[in-house]
Amino acid sequence: MSEILVLAEHSKGEIRDVTFEMLGIGRKLADSIGAKTAVLLLANDEALANKLSPYADTVLLNKDELFKDFNSEIYQSILTKLISERKPVLTLIGHTPAGIDLAPNLAISTGLPLATDCVQLKFENSKLKIMRQMYTGKINTNIGFTDAQEYIVMVRPASFQIPGQMDKSGEIIKLDMPVEKVDYKKFIDYIEPKITGVDITKSEIIVAVGRGIKEKENLSIIEKFSSSLNSAIAGSRPVIDKQILPLDRQVGSSGKTVKPKVYIAIGISGAFQHVMGMKDSELIIAINKDANAPIFEVANYGIVGDLFKVVPVLTQKINELKSSK
Amino acid sequence: MEIIVCAKQVPDLTEADIKINPDGKSINLESIPLDINEFDNYALEEALLIKEKYSGKVAVVAVGSETSDEMLRICLAKGADEAVRITYKDELDGYLTAKLIATVIKNKYKPDIILTGVQSTDCSSAQVGGMLAELLDIPHASIVTHVELKNNTAEVHRELEGGLKEIVNITLPAVLTIQSGINEPRYASMIGIRRAKDKEIKIVTPEDLGLPSDESKLKTCIENMFIPPKGRGAEIITGSVEESATKLCMILKDKRVFT
Repeated sequence: MSEILVLAEHSKGEIRDVTFEMLGIGRKLADSIGAKTAVLLLANDEALANKLSPYADTVLLNKDELFKDFNSEIYQSILTKLISERKPVLTLIGHTPAGIDLAPNLAISTGLPLATDCVQLKFENSKLKIMRQMYTGKINTNIGFTDAQEYIVMVRPASFQIPGQMDKSGEIIKLDMPVEKVDYKKFIDYIEPKITGVDITKSEIIVAVGRGIKEKENLSIIEKFSSSLNSAIAGSRPVIDKQILPLDRQVGSSGKTVKPKVYIAIGISGAFQHVMGMKDSELIIAINKDANAPIFEVANYGIVGDLFKVVPVLTQKINELKSSK
Repeated sequence: MEIIVCAKQVPDLTEADIKINPDGKSINLESIPLDINEFDNYALEEALLIKEKYSGKVAVVAVGSETSDEMLRICLAKGADEAVRITYKDELDGYLTAKLIATVIKNKYKPDIILTGVQSTDCSSAQVGGMLAELLDIPHASIVTHVELKNNTAEVHRELEGGLKEIVNITLPAVLTIQSGINEPRYASMIGIRRAKDKEIKIVTPEDLGLPSDESKLKTCIENMFIPPKGRGAEIITGSVEESATKLCMILKDKRVFT
């Protein structure tokens, strides 16, 4: 019977959510083609295997202290061997910093086709079809595979539900695959994010600014607006990259996740990495001149317009109303 | 120090109205500006910084049609020493791109370090760098936000999630995929642009590389593209600037965002 293999991702002793999301979609796909699910756990902690067991038919555990910190090269050599032995029809890996370090190389060493950052997967006449986004979410693309029987797919985090009740009690099989230390790629240490002045995760109102602000000189428009609402100022990645705002103000998957009462996104297109960091805000307002910007999909209210025109008028209106009391 | 930068020319769609071609598989690029992929621009800058610090030469390799020459010329104007374009007009996937670049590198270069962007702004696949490393049988680190060379190794910072980073030591030669924000990319100077005018851009065809072969076929293919269907989405506040700002102001007041 064919098998869908999910690579478990863990960090600092915790299984990461994307693993359970992949096990959810993996199970659905397996049911659609009459396959089983297996999850590969490379870890030093056996207890993690028990957490995976309800979600898969088989938990493959290779235990070694070298797995305490992620090393793509070690993962790759184990996975290359395992895939050649078990021949899973589909291997799922998270589209995460760990997955990005591993999966492209694995595709070459196994000779299998790879599709990255996928948001939908299905089998049609036993051929895999996936959907992914291009042009920062402005276009969806359906992708097929040429002449393939087996596939590797990287799955975008938070694209699939974590399944609720899972009835499996997957057998935990201990693999005895030798793990060799690599000296040409070595993990040295983590760098924790710096704790600085403003903690935007604690702010109730956030005014966030994106690429649309263009230059640092223009930030005063946002500062005036922010002070009318007594809010914190945050930014999307391009604003941090251009050093218009400091790193601790970055909202998104590589920055902070915020859930304020009000999030006002100004000149932010809404790439998925940004949306991951703010979608759970209670009230979302977007101002952007591109009516097709994905940010309007997550916002409650939107104004399609030029921020340089809208924001000063809005600030003035708010200040007038405040002073008229 | 021999440094290679892999760069891609991409359409700049930040302010464009996207139209899909009748074939349903590509974007109408008429009147859409083309530019170097933003991530590759950071990779080029990092390469130039390494060259300035340790001396050496920078070669830029691109896959694409003749429109890419404009991008390569700007790379030369900024300080790259050589530019190579593998001429290719048809559909590409990450695998074939990596295969073409790897073949050129094997034929012509002995790089100490290869830099490219984490991903492109058009496809966002984040796969060419890793595949290239594997095809060249050298190590690779992705999503790099800091590079420091130490003897025959590079100590790099890799961006993880939530502001966390990791320090990784990697033996050279290696492929590093560069994250945006690692440096401040320079602009080409007037003198640079003038000098670059007469520099040669080497054109290589896939046939020159002994391709196509069985190993140089697409592994994935675009079946169709579509503009994502609108969900429930935001309630759009309409009217003139004055009107829409007034309406939004009242919404904020009603929701007690300010009092």
